[in-house]
Amino acid sequence: MTIGLGHYLGLAAVLFTFGILGIFLNRKNVIVILMCVELMLLAVNINLVAFSVFQGNIVGQVFAMLVLTVAAAEAAIGLAILVVYFRNRGTIEVEDISAMKG
Amino acid sequence: MLLQAIAFWVFAIVTVASAAMVVTSRNPVYSVLFLILAFFNTAALFVLIGAEFIAMILVIVYVGAVAVLFLFVVMMLDINLTKLREGFLEYLPVGVMIGFALLAEILFALGVGGWGRSDTMAALSKAGVQIAAIDNTRAIGRVLYTQYFYLFQVAGMVLLVAMIGAIVLTLRRRPGVRRQRISEQLYRPKDQVVTTVKVPTGEGVS
Repeated sequence: MTIGLGHYLGLAAVLFTFGILGIFLNRKNVIVILMCVELMLLAVNINLVAFSVFQGNIVGQVFAMLVLTVAAAEAAIGLAILVVYFRNRGTIEVEDISAMKG
Repeated sequence: MLLQAIAFWVFAIVTVASAAMVVTSRNPVYSVLFLILAFFNTAALFVLIGAEFIAMILVIVYVGAVAVLFLFVVMMLDINLTKLREGFLEYLPVGVMIGFALLAEILFALGVGGWGRSDTMAALSKAGVQIAAIDNTRAIGRVLYTQYFYLFQVAGMVLLVAMIGAIVLTLRRRPGVRRQRISEQLYRPKDQVVTTVKVPTGEGVS
């Protein structure tokens, strides 16, 4: 059997679903939520690269690289905020993050 | 071709299994390690499909930078693990339900596995042109540094802003810590620092 575009898209769909599921399950742990966001971005990258290869257009891979850049920036900022929050409050539970009454 | 199929299934199954372990693992350290495993397997899938450059970038950026950052933060923070696990089973049914609905929707829209719209996938795969005339890295470089050069620079700016932001957020000034302030050192006027003393011959300075 040949591995086609559909296989890669299916894999990306499953990964994305696991990312969403993780956000639902780990409602309290911000670190795991950030990791799940990374998983979802990975799924998006798989989609982009698969389309790029199977349609013969290199732009998808350029875009995947930009997504990677933004993911790295997001992880850095998110973890920095997390560290500052932990320093002030001594916990990282999501439910306690209500200081701004948002 | 068969070998490629076997490799795809192995890497795909390991990726999905490690993603599941990221979500369900008790200890966040294990979650990070499984995340690294998922990234490695996805990089292998990218190599398999012929996108080597993105695969290597994925390993360097995600495993080398992001995952290590996660590991650092997880190990640095002293968190109560059992308290964070509360409500895991409580949200399990609704989470699984929503996840399953989303997965079914995506697969239906794609027409994967012969159900749903099967013509979507045929239409998407039809445009298959091979890029293979030049290798992958060169092909990316040709468009990245010409056509998408501004985009490339904007990506650099995003990273710069993220770096400065992370430093500004985590920098703290504690009282009682003596740190070197180079600007103050350099701006001290000469007459406050150096005094010239006339030394009489044979007497010295007391």
